[in-house]
Order: sequence, then C-alpha cells, then structure tokens
Amino acid sequence: MSMDRRSLLKGLAVAGAGAAVGGGTVQAAETEKRPAPPEDALGMLYDATRCIGCRACVTACKQANNLEYNLADPPPDLSADTKNIIKLYEDPETDERSFMKAQCMHCLDPACASACMIGALQKREHGIVTWDGDRCIGCRYCQVACPYTIPKFEWDTPTPKIVKCELCLHIIKRGGQPGCCQACPKQAVIFGTYADLLEDARTRIAERPERYWGPDGTPKIYGEHDGGGTQVLYLAGVDFAKLGLPDLGERPPALLGRTIQHSVYKGFVAPVALYALLGVAIWRGRRSGSGKEDE
Amino acid sequence: MEHATAQPVGGPILTRPYRLLLAFIGLWLLILLWRFAAGIGAVSGLTDGYPWGVWIAFDVVTGTALACGGYAIAILCYVLNRGAYHPLVRPALLTSALGYSMAALAIVIDVGRPWFIYRIPISVGKWNLNSALLEVALCVMAYVAVLWIELSPAFMEKWRDTSSSPGLQRLSEVGLRFFDKALVFIVALGVLLPTMHQSSLGTVMLMAGHKLHGLWYTGWIPLLFLLSCVGMGYGVVVWESAVSSRVFGREREDSMLTSLSGAIVVTLVLFLVLRLGDLLISGKIGLMFGSGLMSLLFWIEIALFVIPIVMLVGKGKQRFTTMFRAAFLIVLAGSLYRFDTYIVAYDPGQGWSYFPSLPELLITFGVIGFEIALYVFIVKRYPILAGVRPEAAE
Repeated sequence: MSMDRRSLLKGLAVAGAGAAVGGGTVQAAETEKRPAPPEDALGMLYDATRCIGCRACVTACKQANNLEYNLADPPPDLSADTKNIIKLYEDPETDERSFMKAQCMHCLDPACASACMIGALQKREHGIVTWDGDRCIGCRYCQVACPYTIPKFEWDTPTPKIVKCELCLHIIKRGGQPGCCQACPKQAVIFGTYADLLEDARTRIAERPERYWGPDGTPKIYGEHDGGGTQVLYLAGVDFAKLGLPDLGERPPALLGRTIQHSVYKGFVAPVALYALLGVAIWRGRRSGSGKEDE
Repeated sequence: MEHATAQPVGGPILTRPYRLLLAFIGLWLLILLWRFAAGIGAVSGLTDGYPWGVWIAFDVVTGTALACGGYAIAILCYVLNRGAYHPLVRPALLTSALGYSMAALAIVIDVGRPWFIYRIPISVGKWNLNSALLEVALCVMAYVAVLWIELSPAFMEKWRDTSSSPGLQRLSEVGLRFFDKALVFIVALGVLLPTMHQSSLGTVMLMAGHKLHGLWYTGWIPLLFLLSCVGMGYGVVVWESAVSSRVFGREREDSMLTSLSGAIVVTLVLFLVLRLGDLLISGKIGLMFGSGLMSLLFWIEIALFVIPIVMLVGKGKQRFTTMFRAAFLIVLAGSLYRFDTYIVAYDPGQGWSYFPSLPELLITFGVIGFEIALYVFIVKRYPILAGVRPEAAE
C-alpha cells in the first residue's frame, strides 16, 4: 500500500507542480512577442493638449448610440448610459490642469475578452471590442478584468446588458466616423487607421516635443506599448497616471493568468493523468480491503 | 459504500427554531423576488467599480471552500485509503453537496442574465479556454452533480428499506448496485474536480491585475487557494462532528479527527512557506509593512495560519477542544484570505468603494439559512450520521 500511496502523492505533486509551472512560465511569457494590431485596425487618437473641454463629444456619443442625455445635467462619469466622458484634472497645489477623455481603449490583447467565458466580448471587425448579448450571462468578470474599469453594467433593470464604447462600429459600417470624433471642434480626438494615428502622434511629438509629457522628459504615446498596446492612443501634457491611465508596463495584463491556465491545462494532460492516478489508488485500496468497506 | 452504522437522527422536523428558520427563509424569498423584479442595483451595494461583492466572495468563493470537507475527507479515506475515517464521509459529503448547491444558487442570484447560464456548458465550440472562470463554472456544475451522486446511497438505502413504492425500492436496489461498481470513477472525479476549480478560483483574480494589491497578487495564487481549501474543509468536518454530536446526541469521532491533524499541519505549513517565500523572493517585503490597512490584514491572515499550526503540534494536541479551536482558526484564516483577495485587497481606484447593503446581506444569510434547513431535514430523515445513540434515534 505504501508504494501506491507514494505514487499517488507523486501524482498530486505533479498536479501541484502544474499550478507551480505558472510561476515558472511567467518568465517565458516575458519574451512572448507583443500582440500585433489586426491589419484593418481602426482607432482614435486623443490629444489632451488640444481639448478645450466643450463636451461636444459626450453629447455626440449619446446621440450616435441612442443613449439618454440631458444637456442641463451632464453625466459625471462613465456609466451604463454614458460610453464616453470628458473629465477635468486639476492639481490644487500647482496650476497643472488637463482635460481627459475616457472610453474603451480597444486593447490589442483585451483582458475583458480573455476573461469572458463564452466570448461575449471579443475583438471583432477592425479590432474593435464588441459585446454579443447572446453569449453574456452577466457575470461581470469583464468589469473585474478591465485595467481601465471601462465596461459598465445596467444595475437598475432585471434584464441588464454590458455597455461600453464600440467605436461606433454601426456608423463606421456606413462609411462614417465615431460620434465623438465627428463632433470635436478642435480635432482633439480623431478617427483613423491604427497605423495612421500612430504616425500622426509621432509627428505631433516631433513638431512640438515640449508640449507633451513623458517619463524622464521624453514624450510618450500612451497605448503604443502600454498593457500590450491599445487601438486608442493618447497624448497629454501631464502624467497619464494622474489622468486615470494606469502604469501597466508593456505586457498585456491578462498574460499571467492565461499563461498559468494554459500551462496547467495544456492538452488536458494533467487532469486526465491525475484522474487516472486517483482511480488506480482508489481501486487498489478497495480491492486490498484495507479500505474496509462494510459490505 | 454502505455504512452499517449511519442512521437517521429522527425526531420531529418542525421544532420551534426550525419554524423560525422557515419564517426567515420566507423573508429571503421576498427579497429575491425584489432582486429579480428590480435588478441587482436595487438590492445590493454593488457598483461598476466593485462588480463582485459578498454573494461572490462569501457564498461562492468562501462557501465552496467551506464545502471542501467532502474533498478533504475523500482524499484521506479513499485515496490515501484510511478506512477508519469512513463514518465522517457521509456527513462531509452532505455539507459539501449542500454547500456547492448553495454556491450554484448564489451564482444564479448574482449574474445579471441567468437565463443564458445553460449556454455555458453546451456552447462547446465557443468556450474561451483562456478564461479561468469558465473552468470554474464547468467544474462546479459537474461537481454539484458528482456530490449528489456520491451521496445518493444514503437516500437509496432508505428507499430500498422503507419505501412503500415497489418501483422506488427496485430503482434504489439497482442504483446501489451500480454505485458500488462505479464508485472508483465517481470518487476519483470527486477529488479531481475540486483540485481543478478550487485552484482556478485563485487564478480568476489574477485577471484583476493592478487592481489586486501586491501582497495578494502572485503567480502562486492557484496553489495557495488549493492548499487553504483543504485546511478549511478539514476544519468544517471537525466542527460538524462536534456540533452534530452536541445537537443530535451522537458520539464524536475524536480519535479519527485528531489523527488527521498531522496532515493538516503539513498543508498549512506549505501554504505559509509558499505565501511568505514568494513575497520574499519577489522583493515585496516593503509591502508587508508599508501598506497600512493591507499590511495589517496580511499579518492577521498570517497569524491565523500560524496559531493553529502551533496549537496542533503543541502539548494539548490530543485534546478535542484544542482541535476544535484550531479548526475554527483555520476556517477563519482561509475565509479571510478569500475575502481579502476578492474584496478588500481589490481596489479599482477612481474613488470607488463598496459596502454590502442590508438586503444584499440578507440574501447571503438566506442562502446559509436555506442550507441549514435542508441539512437538518436530511440528517433527521436519512442515514447520514454515524454513532447516533439509540435513545436519540427514532
């Protein structure tokens, strides 16, 4: 019996090691290539230094998406009926201030899509992350997973949906552009192909480097590499972290969990092997009778 | 798997406390009606910043770990082949089956679009294998079924012996024979599934990334969740043995339980080595002391794991009271670890905060109350508990 027990314990250890591999493969994941944008990727570029805070984009977004709005009572933040928002950041100590636009970033490797159980949220046409209600049970894991806390849930209805910016895909399909980009009088937010936007941002930095913030003084395009990259890019005159864009590093945030999940369950070998080992141990135990069944 | 000694506790069901419990369950059903009529926002403190609250952190994540008694005992009895623990198997399986069923119920209450839950198991082609939550969902669904199958002999024995319907008698006889043949496959599944989903419950929160505090965010989280659930499952079995002996006047399994404590000490020590070792190696010592409330909670967790270890290797380790207290601390330790990981150490920033509302808490208490009501009914009517003293029996 002791041999069996030992081999079984070894089996359990293998399973445990499977989970442990997660720790080890993190380094392997480190070298994984950054996700590439889809070839037809579309996106937006928001330049906070050009934004005057008129909120025309907020109203335009509501109209474009048939969301409730009241001009006299502008929404304070993103919610289930606000997919796009302009907020003001002000430092009371210094005179540092900046407007900030928030909506879905359309990540190159979206955490929400990695989390979603049967693919309600996915990168679909043009790399735009859209929601398919037929696949959503409302578990809200996407809200936990999104590093920018973008997806919103309809809390006040018995038949809720997940709501977030879908880059006005319905308008793009008709040849138009997203409501917010259409409405902006200062071209602070513009619509285009991912490649064009990236080039545009680089040109702006090259022309007026003093205008833009970056760590150690080098102007930075937020979203070029952050969290694996996003199809919505940002330029600003102040630290992005102060504007609500977290410092994520260059790896996609979903990578660690996904790597662990894949190492443990690769080809489903570990679970099947453990099942077989358990079966053998239980069967031998019963046959040897030392398990002392009552019958 | 027959337990000659397991027998119904007997006695009346509708005692005064039981009627009180049923009244509370009535209130609970009204609140549930409200939740399904008006939406989750109407009854809970949940927000877009804190989309998961006590329903997930307690009823599902902590509840299923507390329901790991069946898992912990199955490992010891069947896998490590310690037949001596058999009297513990059925009560442990019952609390597990009830605990997991209640977790499933809590999920139906918590998710916004429960009418599509059926699509999770059947949409094989659409499964997102990147999602740890998908694995948890599938495993929990399967495990609820496995647990009730594992427990089914308790019901079938009674029907075979006492049912007035010959059909049910025949069915039970066939069922029992089938169960005896298939036991190996069922029990092995009953160990495999919790190993998978209890670890994945940890992996789930890795997706929270920077929103989860550094003291809890680690690639070892699946193993930490797995180890702690084994300790918690054992702790609950000790409690159950003690409480059911007091309430139903049956003998306690003292010597069996104390002889398990060695294995539990090993499990807890492994947990601590992994938890502290990982933080030391990844250079997070600063976080251990410099994170205010988070540091405090972290050290409370660590203390709650260390104290029972000390108790279970110390002088009084053979005394049941020592073990009972240690079991209490282990359950507390694992529960706090889960609560912190899912709620307290989760910070979406941007000024979000969360505190459960009263109806939200009542829904959680109602789930527990419903579970207790079912437990009492089943042990009084079906052969679950062993060592019932004759005078207490029917």
